[in-house]
Amino acid sequence: MSTATTRGQRTGETGETGEQAPAAADALAGLLVSGERPPRPSAWAASAAFGWRAVLKIKHVPEQLFDVTVFPIMMVLMFTYLFGGALAGSTDQYVQFLLPGILVMNIVMITMYTGVAVNIDIAKGVFDRFRTLPIWRPSAMVGYLLGDMLRYTIACAVMLALGLVLGFRPAGGVTGVVAGVALLIVFAFAFSWIWTMFGLMLRTEKSVMGVSMMVIFPLTFLSNVFVDPATMPGWLQAFVNNSPVTHLASAVRGLMAGDWPATEIAWSLGWGAALVAVFGTATMRLYNRK
Amino acid sequence: MGENASGLAIETSGLVKVFGETRAVDGVDLAVPAGTVYGVLGPNGAGKTTTVKMLATLLRPDGGRARVFGHDVLHEADAVRARVSLTGQYASVDEDLTGAENLVLLGRLLGHRKPAARRRAEQLLEAFGLAEAAGKQVKNYSGGMRRRIDIAASILNTPDLLFLDEPTTGLDPRSRNQVWDIVRAVVARGTTVLLTTQYLDEADQLASRIAVIDHGKVIAEGTKGELKASVGAGAVHLRLRDADRRPEAERLLARVLGARVQLDPDPVALTARVGLHGDGAGAAEQASRALAELARSGITVDTFSLGQPSLDEVFLALTDRPADRTGAPANEEEEIPA
Repeated sequence: MSTATTRGQRTGETGETGEQAPAAADALAGLLVSGERPPRPSAWAASAAFGWRAVLKIKHVPEQLFDVTVFPIMMVLMFTYLFGGALAGSTDQYVQFLLPGILVMNIVMITMYTGVAVNIDIAKGVFDRFRTLPIWRPSAMVGYLLGDMLRYTIACAVMLALGLVLGFRPAGGVTGVVAGVALLIVFAFAFSWIWTMFGLMLRTEKSVMGVSMMVIFPLTFLSNVFVDPATMPGWLQAFVNNSPVTHLASAVRGLMAGDWPATEIAWSLGWGAALVAVFGTATMRLYNRK
Repeated sequence: MGENASGLAIETSGLVKVFGETRAVDGVDLAVPAGTVYGVLGPNGAGKTTTVKMLATLLRPDGGRARVFGHDVLHEADAVRARVSLTGQYASVDEDLTGAENLVLLGRLLGHRKPAARRRAEQLLEAFGLAEAAGKQVKNYSGGMRRRIDIAASILNTPDLLFLDEPTTGLDPRSRNQVWDIVRAVVARGTTVLLTTQYLDEADQLASRIAVIDHGKVIAEGTKGELKASVGAGAVHLRLRDADRRPEAERLLARVLGARVQLDPDPVALTARVGLHGDGAGAAEQASRALAELARSGITVDTFSLGQPSLDEVFLALTDRPADRTGAPANEEEEIPA
């Protein structure tokens, strides 16, 4: 039997087969025999494993946190001082209004890096291996988004800290702020499926970037993030008041101010569910066909 | 479940894959017995990788059927995935992660809990001689190490069927031998291996049956012995001292070996296939007989070598044209009219 030969080889260290043959045949044979098969992992376990992969990538390439640290700081400073005096009389006043909104804008903006990451990653051979594993199919994509949720949390923390320094005093306290951030991150998770779809659909990361910009710029600027929509022309109000970003910004603003804006929360979650239903399905269709 | 009464690990009939205008795989029929190493031999672009990808559920076939252990690759993809593993010619591990992280990740994806995944990763890294590189990102690995971590990832859960897509392309001879040793160990345990390769030598070393594939079609199939009988076990390359004696040497070799002798572009060189005819003599014996004949006739041989026929020679024998079409025109003039 194989165990007998294994033992024999190990004791008779003749070394004639090359003493540093890395795949020591006996060790390998033992490993192969002991390979009992565990049950297939749950959908959550598989997604969590992919989420862990995303976190490891952040650990190995910490530079990629630039877009969730430096960029948000820049945005908060720029818009607080650019518009503060003109729109609200003082930057102190304006930051109360702006901060929840710019939080939303920023997080929605950085979701697009998901698409770029998927696009770069999918071209590599490792995806062929993932796709031959008997696991819940969307788990690789969900794993990305779990990793991204960590990034979004970091970005929120950075912006909130800066906001507090600039004079942001949320009436909702810690509870309100945490609730606001939680809602925002849940929405961002749903919104990111747009980018996983484009990441799989488009051929180069540049085109993914281009499409993302075209969607994100109008969507975030044409909202109530910077100003009250009341002064906008009617046709624009129609768009702005129905935009998911407006609903989300209102909900986050309300929560952080200590209110319970039930309608806006419902709208935000409803949009989230719709986005997952449409773009999640499209993503998986592309993923399976690739 | 009593699926797979046939004892075949892979069964395809009329498998087709079309990319735009090209029929990358054009009606491939394969029958791979379980527990063996099956070699798929062919040049670049023959359709080897595409075939493997369809069998590993990565590509949808455009025509025909493929079953792996009795499961249809299209309709029972998950049942197929549960029993196969794939090692590509490209790195199919995450280059940004370390070797250990890659194996732990895969272990978890295969259903191990983290401590068990970690233990298994450690054992594999040790067995594959990668313990020291465990904490290094795979992008810093050498070609041989990469291939090893890749195979280690493929046998994390010992698969019933392992696809090895050109596992030694671009490796130095030492790394190549290591990969071969690993493959032999895996097969000894009972795993079926589908090996694609460009090297006849590799197929000869590892496989028991071989399919030769070209332009998406199987052009020859059989046991090693059968294939060799049609191609010849080896090729003798001779360089004579005197170019004037070449025609004489050619006639002599043709008579002794009973094979077609090819005149190489170099005016003193000739190549002849040996082992073609079943008179019981081995390739080496035939070659030495030929050498003795040459010496008796006073033709001086400067250098002499006996080697495996190359893929090119296999193709020449099977299709009457070399595998590499760009090399064809130069050879045509040298071809001897029969």
